[in-house]
Amino acid sequence: MPLMVKKIEEGTVMDHISAGMGIKVLQIISAKYPIEKSAALIINVPSKKLGKKDIVKLEGVFVDEKTANRISLIAPNATMNIIRRGKVVDKHKVVLPKVLSDLLKCPNPRCITRFEHVHTTFFVEGGKLRCKHCERTFLPEEFE
Amino acid sequence: MQDLISIRDLDKKEIELYLKEASRMEKMLSSGQLSLLKGCIVANMFFEPSTRTNMSFQAAAKRLGAKVLTFHHSTSSTAKGETFADTVRMMDGYADALVIRHSMEGAARFAADLASNPVINAGDGGNQHPTQTLIDLYTILKLKGKIEGLNVTLLGDLKHARTMRSLLYGLSMFGAEVTLCSPEQLKIDPEIISEVKEKFGAKPTQTSKIDLAKCDVLYVCRIQKERFSDPYEAERMQKEFRVDLELLSNAPKNLAVLHPLPKIDEIPPELDSTQFAKYFEQAKNGVPVRMAVLYRCIRG
Repeated sequence: MPLMVKKIEEGTVMDHISAGMGIKVLQIISAKYPIEKSAALIINVPSKKLGKKDIVKLEGVFVDEKTANRISLIAPNATMNIIRRGKVVDKHKVVLPKVLSDLLKCPNPRCITRFEHVHTTFFVEGGKLRCKHCERTFLPEEFE
Repeated sequence: MQDLISIRDLDKKEIELYLKEASRMEKMLSSGQLSLLKGCIVANMFFEPSTRTNMSFQAAAKRLGAKVLTFHHSTSSTAKGETFADTVRMMDGYADALVIRHSMEGAARFAADLASNPVINAGDGGNQHPTQTLIDLYTILKLKGKIEGLNVTLLGDLKHARTMRSLLYGLSMFGAEVTLCSPEQLKIDPEIISEVKEKFGAKPTQTSKIDLAKCDVLYVCRIQKERFSDPYEAERMQKEFRVDLELLSNAPKNLAVLHPLPKIDEIPPELDSTQFAKYFEQAKNGVPVRMAVLYRCIRG
């Protein structure tokens, strides 16, 4: 029997999240937006494209570009659906930008950005991110 | 006016311009005091100990006719807790260029974003030491007349020595054949190897056995004993990677041994007077190279 989750009226649905990453996507969103209305995390949903996927539904939350960039690091195939009055008014795939500004904390404990008030910048190089300051590269999963 | 933060910011043409300028400075040095930077003030901001880098930057600035402000970390307001950012902003108001050595990686890049005057990186933690790389390339070029195709062995603690990261990058850019020789646990960061392969088509080889039969340049750095939890293991490795007369007995006669200095036990004093030892000449080259850097950064 299929699992039924109520439709949302106003908010965001993050679809096509790699299976297992839904909880992390929810954590990223909830760090920025307090979840005050209903929210759903659906895991291991059968998917033609991904085999299995996670979905996050949030009533009353509209995810901004910066947060979407952060999500693209851990769920590069995710799609963001903006819901207004119960209908999808915008649907697009999250895109990992070439430069991530003031979004991530450098994992290198000897990086100056860990000691001084510095706006961090990371350059996306292949599947890795290079810190503008310490010049070291990191995999997306190395970030907190 | 320009900053010099990382060797990774420079292309081959820009490095060649620095080396050409250094050669011009060296020739001018023999003709006496210069006044190319007369009226300028250079601030030397060393937040950690340094002998050669600090002294040679001071000498370079003075040879060019500039005055030098020397910042002492232990007696400055940073000891009271003043932020690095505030210290940089303040010194930027006093001098025409800031030379910065700091233990935190990325400190010079951060300073360059804050300062309106040029910032020169004199070493930032384990990250970069671009002026040392320029000195190394200049020295090799002077000794051998070329860099491309030379067999260069980098020997020692390749994991922790910042000079080796920058140097591998520079040598690869110029087409040298590089051998990386280190104990297994002190191998260079694989990331830098991938980068030079991808950017320059370089094929550095890695080994833990020293073979100098075809070596043109042997670049040595010390095994950093303080990084080991087991002092016996550190001692053993230091002996194994020591460059002594016995090791050099089968080396090519024109082999040049370089070292960023200070050398501790990895090169015994009896090597200093042999034809192999080029490290003091290398250190001396620090003055014309840093003159070129100061001049290009302030006036360029």
